Amino acid sequence: MFKSFEPNKIFVITSRAPKYVLFLFIIVLSIGLTEALILSPEDYKQSHAVRIMYVHVPAAWISLGVFSSIAIFSVSSFLFKNKNFAIISKSLAPSGFIFNIIALVTGAIWGKPTWGTWWAWDARITSMLILALFYAMYLLAWRIYEDKENVIKITSIIAILGAINVPIIKFSVDWWNTLHQNTSVNVFSDTSIHISMLIPLGIMTAAFALFSLLIFLMKYNTEMIKVKNKGLDRL
Amino acid sequence: MINEIISMNGYGSYVWSAFSFTLISFTTLYFVTKLQLLKEQKKFASKFGSLNKVKARAAISQNINKEILSSASNI
Repeated sequence: MFKSFEPNKIFVITSRAPKYVLFLFIIVLSIGLTEALILSPEDYKQSHAVRIMYVHVPAAWISLGVFSSIAIFSVSSFLFKNKNFAIISKSLAPSGFIFNIIALVTGAIWGKPTWGTWWAWDARITSMLILALFYAMYLLAWRIYEDKENVIKITSIIAILGAINVPIIKFSVDWWNTLHQNTSVNVFSDTSIHISMLIPLGIMTAAFALFSLLIFLMKYNTEMIKVKNKGLDRL
Repeated sequence: MINEIISMNGYGSYVWSAFSFTLISFTTLYFVTKLQLLKEQKKFASKFGSLNKVKARAAISQNINKEILSSASNI
């Protein structure tokens, strides 16, 4: 069933892909930065402070997407006893964690000129902070536990518990009164953000997704070589 | 024009610090990950170099090991 997930087949692609992904990332990021910092208009209420949205929102989206993927791969690894799924989920975590930290820090920077405070215990900010703690626990578990079977079980439990927080983050602005505004970008219904701001937001999201892919590929290659290093010891 | 881009109506320090933090985080994560990859590639190449002929032939019969060695030789 999972023959296409065989490490030997995947490694041929993953070992060659990073240079092309890096090249594409630099191009998309350059276009995104030009759009976000120079070409896009200022907001009538927030003025130029709105430009922080172009790093804050994509970082938050990608950190949520990456954690959801980690949860899916962790559960699959546990259920189907496929160790490659565990390596994939482990390799996804570093970029997801960094995007989570970027979302929190840029959110604090954006909060000062718009809300007058760096930090508030608002539902969305607090749930994002909880997600960062789950990321930290997940990464630490891989470092602390030596036994392969144990670490897969423990990291799967952390990923499942953390995944419960993902819909809470998404719907926190609808369920509670928060400082955050309601969702502006919707896939299935009308988007309230103007096209002149939606385009740079889309380009920056693509650039961040490419960066996440780049780090994932490099990390996956590192993990595969570690496995093969152990294989050479056993020869 | 340039002054306007830098100051951004007084919001420049917030906007530039948010973008700088993001780009510094990207650069740091990229180089840390790259260093870890290079370290493992070098370790693999040196372990492979210390194998005797029979073991080296057995190891090189796996495509994935060939790939690792070719990427390690490009360092």
